[in-house]
Amino acid sequence: MDKLNKREYKEYAEKKMPKPPYVKNMIMAFIVGGIFCTIGQIILNLMKNNGLDEKMAAAGTAISMVLIGGLLTGLGVYDKIAKIGGAGAAVPITGFANSIVSPAMEFKREGFIFGVASKMFIIAGPVLVYGIGSSIIVGLISLLLR
Amino acid sequence: MAIKKLGKQTVKLENPPSIISYYSIVGPKEGKGPLKDYFDLILEDDLWGQESWEKAESKMQEECIKAAIDKAGLSSQDIDYLIAGDLLNQIIATAYSARQLAIPYYGLYGACSTMTESLSLGAMLVDGGFADKVACAVSSHFSTAERQFRYPLEYGNQRKMSAQWTVTGAGATILSSYGSGPYVKCITTGKIIDPGITDVANMGGAMAPAAVDTLVTHFQDTGLDPSYYDLIISGDLGYVGKSIVLDLMKEKGYDLTKNYTDCGVEIFDKSEQDTHAGGSGCACSATVYNSYVFKEMAKGKLNKVLIMSTGALHSTLSTQQGESIPGIAHAVAVENTIE
Amino acid sequence: MEYIKAFVVGGLICVIGQILLDHTKLTPAHILVSFLTTGVILGAIGVYKPLVDFAGAGATIPITGFGNSLAQGAIEGARTKGLIGAFTGGIEATGAGIAAIILFGYIIAIIFDPKTKD
Repeated sequence: MDKLNKREYKEYAEKKMPKPPYVKNMIMAFIVGGIFCTIGQIILNLMKNNGLDEKMAAAGTAISMVLIGGLLTGLGVYDKIAKIGGAGAAVPITGFANSIVSPAMEFKREGFIFGVASKMFIIAGPVLVYGIGSSIIVGLISLLLR
Repeated sequence: MAIKKLGKQTVKLENPPSIISYYSIVGPKEGKGPLKDYFDLILEDDLWGQESWEKAESKMQEECIKAAIDKAGLSSQDIDYLIAGDLLNQIIATAYSARQLAIPYYGLYGACSTMTESLSLGAMLVDGGFADKVACAVSSHFSTAERQFRYPLEYGNQRKMSAQWTVTGAGATILSSYGSGPYVKCITTGKIIDPGITDVANMGGAMAPAAVDTLVTHFQDTGLDPSYYDLIISGDLGYVGKSIVLDLMKEKGYDLTKNYTDCGVEIFDKSEQDTHAGGSGCACSATVYNSYVFKEMAKGKLNKVLIMSTGALHSTLSTQQGESIPGIAHAVAVENTIE
Repeated sequence: MEYIKAFVVGGLICVIGQILLDHTKLTPAHILVSFLTTGVILGAIGVYKPLVDFAGAGATIPITGFGNSLAQGAIEGARTKGLIGAFTGGIEATGAGIAAIILFGYIIAIIFDPKTKD
């Protein structure tokens, strides 16, 4: 196959691929994502009502949400929620927990160091690298601009 | 002198080896599919009492080969060669199954094309007079393939509509120099065709041009028309690939609409089983040939069948590096009568 | 009202993610990383904070909120502790979540086994 043919074929083959149900997926992402955030809001309010200050309540909420995401993954429910909710399950912090717990569980048979502990970060690793890395740059820039 | 060579890529076997026995094992999901009545053994759970899915896959392949040998009334000492493969890195599932069987062993990696690759080589060994009995087998497992090629099972990922479902199963065929058929008549060995697809969610699109190339070459080399066969069945092109094959073959002047289908389309019920673009994996074609196709041939409902497993020969690394997916397809003509 | 705001804003952020998933070749892992980085940038230029004030958990629970906290923490650290604070601030602000998931993730992974799909 020559170059031109390849490009034409690629376009043709892409057209053959069935399209996802765009509207349904968007609605489900909205609902599932909305539910996770509402649960977060409930926990945040509970913490605040129990006398925690703003920062502590936010930290407590983060801890609770990753625990929920982790447990739902362990119980084998999170992948089913994500199948329906798509980005609605991936984007909330519970999805971050899922990305850590799912490979850790999966690679248990490969051992506790190179299996569980190392595979925990196959997806979360990049998140931390870019997140923490860019936050330091932001901090440094804010120093320069002062 | 290659006296058995026919055209560019086809060989015509002088003493066509006979398929004397075949066996198929599938997982629970495949066992609920449209072909459930054809499979020899349907597992209730895909771990099959093992501690890892990798071990379960090896066990499936080993038990499948043993059962096929047993069904032929033979023992493993009677088998001259085992030619087998699977999808895992270093075809490790097959190495462990072959370790238990103690049969002289050639390991193959042809991705999902391995079943017809092993049948091709096995038939040539028998016809060449190097063996009387050859066992050809493959296996694949959804859960081992998923973690190697895609994501952890519990990871929240929405499968693309064009994604295919790796078949959990194993298939084995015993070829013999004597027997009452069906016979392996012709073999067309495929070339690698790479249409430049880089999207692993579009395997059907990546493999279809290889399937078309092998089919066209087969018809040119043999001088046969597609209508000669009762059934032409490809390995795991799925719905996307099947429709591309029909289009491209029509463009080249071959009408396949009446007698062509794909194992990946047949093995699952798309609407009931949520498998999106169909089945895939070595076992997709192997379990369909070694159940539905050969059983229908035994009943005489099918007499001339062209089976063609298709493979996507990429690796997880090549995909990450943005390389395209090389496709391959090997065709084997199986007929109930010698002439 | 608070809950409705959280639901709608959180839901809408996820819808953006879904549109990217369905219309591009991005995977959920790409979405996580790019949303987080976007959160860091939006947090740094001060755009994300008003959204948090408006929607509460609707803005903090999506991973963009995690990015915002990282950026806010780093800026705060730089302001109060100077150069060292620019390094420690981001992790300090988000340490609770990261520490929790490392411990919980490990324990959960030890207790539970993955199940096959059907």
